[in-house]
Amino acid sequence: MNANLEKINGYSVVNVLDERIDAHNSAGLKEMFLRLIEQGEVNIIVQLDRVRFIDSSGLGALLSGHKNVMTKSGRFILAGCKQQVLSMFELTRLNRIFEIYVDLTEALGSES
Amino acid sequence: MCDPVIQVEVIIPTQTKYLNLIGSIGEHIAKELEEYSGDREALAYHLNLVLTEATANAIKHANYNDPKDTVRITIHIDDQELNIKVYDHGQGFDLEKVDIPDFDHPKEGGMGIFFIRTLMDSVTYHRINDGNVLEIIKHLK
Repeated sequence: MNANLEKINGYSVVNVLDERIDAHNSAGLKEMFLRLIEQGEVNIIVQLDRVRFIDSSGLGALLSGHKNVMTKSGRFILAGCKQQVLSMFELTRLNRIFEIYVDLTEALGSES
Repeated sequence: MCDPVIQVEVIIPTQTKYLNLIGSIGEHIAKELEEYSGDREALAYHLNLVLTEATANAIKHANYNDPKDTVRITIHIDDQELNIKVYDHGQGFDLEKVDIPDFDHPKEGGMGIFFIRTLMDSVTYHRINDGNVLEIIKHLK
């Protein structure tokens, strides 16, 4: 998984650099979330603005991150989703589960 | 079946790094279907997704005792329908026992077959001589 990490206003911002999240790189993303949470980083924003394709394993990685953050009373936020990615959340009704914002600015300005 | 407009056959090692290749083939094919009256952009994404999920599934169920194991994918398109077959050499699984995901209590796995069933018109999985074949059909008219 090609992704970089920034710390902004107390949030760990994961910038996903790959255009695809599928069974080839989703385990890496899941692992990245787990490592962050183990380090006590429970407020995570995932920047998906470069991602134009996500499959079931990619959704699974996001869901895993979300669940683990929730057990620590943190926030797991998705930002910058393209329409194709949003349509996958709608198809699986994960849009009801995830906190989704248009972009990073809106995500950082939001309150839980 | 009518005369094919497009026929593609790809054989890949059972490695997930090839999912991008297979998905991209589906996406490009959809964009070339000038006769298709529906939303071609949506079809392109759906074919990418369905081919990715079906191939990932075949890789997951592959024969790991054989390092030279492969997955064969065929795509056949005529003016009536799109037919995808994904062949694996694994032990197989029971498609009928794959439940619809519980969206109120979503789990990490089990969404792949749901996507294929939802986005395509027919899905079957059956045993053949040296393995299994997942057959997916989408009507284009």
